[in-house]
Amino acid sequence: MPIQVLMPALSPTMEKGNLAKWLKKEGETIKSGDVIAEIETDKATMEVEATDEGTLGKILIPEGTADVAVNTPIATILADGESAADLAKAAAPAKQEKAAESAPPAAAKAEAPAPKASEKAAPAPQAVAEPDPEVPAGTEMITQTIREALRDAMAEEMRRDPDVFVMGEEVAEYQGAYKVTQGLLQEFGAKRVIDTPITEHGFAGVGVGAAMTGLKPIVEFMTFNFAMQAIDQIINSAAKTLYMSGGQMGCSIVFRGPNGAAARVAAQHSQDYSAWYSSVPGLKVVAPFSAADYKGLLKAAIRDPNPVIFLENEMLYGHTGEVPKLDDFVIPIGKARIVRSGSHVTIISWSNGMSYALKAADELAKEGIEAEVIDLRTLRPMDTETLVNSVKKTGRAVTVEEGWAQSGVGAEIAARIMENAFDYLDAPVTRVSGKDVPMPYAANLEKLALPSVAEVVEAAKAVCYR
Amino acid sequence: MAAPKKAAAGAAQDKTDGGSPPEFTKEQELKAFREMLLIRRFEEKAGQLYGMGAIGGFCHLYIGQEAVVVGMQMALKLGDQVITGYRDHGHMLATGMEAKGVMAELTGRRGGYSKGKGGSMHMFSKEKHFYGGHGIVGAQVSLGTGLAFANHYRGNDNVSVAYFGDGAANQGQVYESFNMAELWKLPVIYVIENNRYAMGTSVSRASAQQDFSKRGASFNIPGLQVDGMDVRAVKAAGDEAAAWCRSGKGPMILEMQTYRYRGHSMSDPAKYRTREEVEKVRHDQDPIEQVRNRLLAAKVSEQDLKAIDAEVRDIVNASADFAQHDPEPEAAELWTDVYR
Repeated sequence: MPIQVLMPALSPTMEKGNLAKWLKKEGETIKSGDVIAEIETDKATMEVEATDEGTLGKILIPEGTADVAVNTPIATILADGESAADLAKAAAPAKQEKAAESAPPAAAKAEAPAPKASEKAAPAPQAVAEPDPEVPAGTEMITQTIREALRDAMAEEMRRDPDVFVMGEEVAEYQGAYKVTQGLLQEFGAKRVIDTPITEHGFAGVGVGAAMTGLKPIVEFMTFNFAMQAIDQIINSAAKTLYMSGGQMGCSIVFRGPNGAAARVAAQHSQDYSAWYSSVPGLKVVAPFSAADYKGLLKAAIRDPNPVIFLENEMLYGHTGEVPKLDDFVIPIGKARIVRSGSHVTIISWSNGMSYALKAADELAKEGIEAEVIDLRTLRPMDTETLVNSVKKTGRAVTVEEGWAQSGVGAEIAARIMENAFDYLDAPVTRVSGKDVPMPYAANLEKLALPSVAEVVEAAKAVCYR
Repeated sequence: MAAPKKAAAGAAQDKTDGGSPPEFTKEQELKAFREMLLIRRFEEKAGQLYGMGAIGGFCHLYIGQEAVVVGMQMALKLGDQVITGYRDHGHMLATGMEAKGVMAELTGRRGGYSKGKGGSMHMFSKEKHFYGGHGIVGAQVSLGTGLAFANHYRGNDNVSVAYFGDGAANQGQVYESFNMAELWKLPVIYVIENNRYAMGTSVSRASAQQDFSKRGASFNIPGLQVDGMDVRAVKAAGDEAAAWCRSGKGPMILEMQTYRYRGHSMSDPAKYRTREEVEKVRHDQDPIEQVRNRLLAAKVSEQDLKAIDAEVRDIVNASADFAQHDPEPEAAELWTDVYR
């Protein structure tokens, strides 16, 4: 029976890629380990190695094809003694079996009712209802991935200010572990785009020391999970020095990188640090959702004279959104945004939590509940006023976060609403959060550990007594 | 690369195994004498004020180690940065920060260098290029490497001096910093003040490699062992290290063999060493007595030296007076300097 070669996934979050090149022709002999093709995504290129031996029977997807879904058969390999005539046998049934058996996590995710995967192809949902107050009417918009928006923000600020530089693991020659710093080395050179050894504690300290002299480092952590090794320098040195020096010595520095759960990377790579950093005076903490906010807020973070924690989300890097084509698009830190207006319940979230919130709002609308969805965008300083004004209108609030509930950002929001709008509340503030467990690996358990659209819908209905 | 490193190692041998360091001029001896005496008298006064309850929290005195910062400072030039850990009063005075401002910070008053908000372990002076005063053991090593990174980035020829103790030398980030500093050829002098005890733990109980000048060996960072009680030896080593760094060769390690006479902090009963051990170092190696004896031998009169002592005591007494009478910070200061 001919063997099917399937489009492989380069990472747990990949859903599709381009078939860049075939390195073997039909009829050529293939040994196990031979590189037969090259595939690429917006963040990486990889060689496809044959795991079976035989002859390349038929190329099913020609080179140059874009957006090939993971697990699509791309070629067939004929075993010894098989001929092209056997190709027909390799058709549909075999394909489906194999795909079902070995479906990688990304594909499994695509079926989930909850967030993530399925939105990737679609434009990011930030353009749902309310216009962005930071964008003048009539501004030309360009469609960009969040990854590109981040890169442009850094590049623009580096052009503007020679004191700005980027350092971190794989930011230069590798072009970024998640390709966020793509092209920066080529434009700015190795002096300003600096590959560090794997040494988070050390290079965070080096960045802070450089910032104390007035330079403006952007320190990339491959993920904020690794920044736990550096958290002493972030908090004890970066956040506290201005105060401890009586205002003499500050630290203009951005610590950025993906935060929270990706997909199937388990407990040590999936933690959400929103609550940790946002509890620390001296830090500003930003966690955007839309492509435009990623760009405008990163530019603001780089210009800010204080240390800024810029929490990104790996699941969102490939999302596209409309970004204003403006010479200098900077969004002020500390302002939440009403993304969708409604009168029955306020749903508050940030970063990838917004995926659940917006979908839940769609579901709720079908049942006649108009949810007002607020993207917090900045966690510290928190825009209490926007939250409170909304709750005064709706009388109900649900918070959505991927992090743990205990001492979480949702708990903080609930306290602020209670302190400032107690008399307006018609129901207790309700939290939807990550479950109180380390992140499990198994696909089904991981899904259960994260918030879901259904949970947000349920919570919103509960506070509406529906 | 190999050749100059060997040369540096050879120089280390010369320094530890024999021969006196280069002589100071009379002016240099007098300067060193005055600066070290200022630190000694300042610390004695701080100890007194602590005993009176005027200084709170932690207070780590530098008495015995004065030659290290004074000798190093004599090797630096304008714009070179200094950063250290929590035993930092001596470093601040050596960089030229005023006794008044330091003492007032110790008493938590508004005239302190950090407006009373930093205390003994957290003081800074942008003007004097003093970058703290850090309370987390070893953190200043990465930060000091970052100061050197900034010099390198800006293309100036300044060096940074990161001081840390034999205890901090066992922290992981020290070696992360060594690696980056040598990899990127950053102009940083790592001064390891080996005062033989990390709080109550002697070097032999904490360190597998007790020759701290070799702690950079696996990164190819040259190191020297220096008699840290002889201010001339310190300056000579500082000169060598500064020249090495300024010429673009990367970092250098100086192990200063020194001794602290007082406890780790004011609350240390010092049960881990004998009174005799302390007395012997004081008697045989005291850094200030060494200079005093050389000055007297060079026919500087006892009276002249007493006059210097009197001048230094006046400065210290005035600082103590200021520090006890300056008002505490206003309540509104609680909320300032969190962000800028």
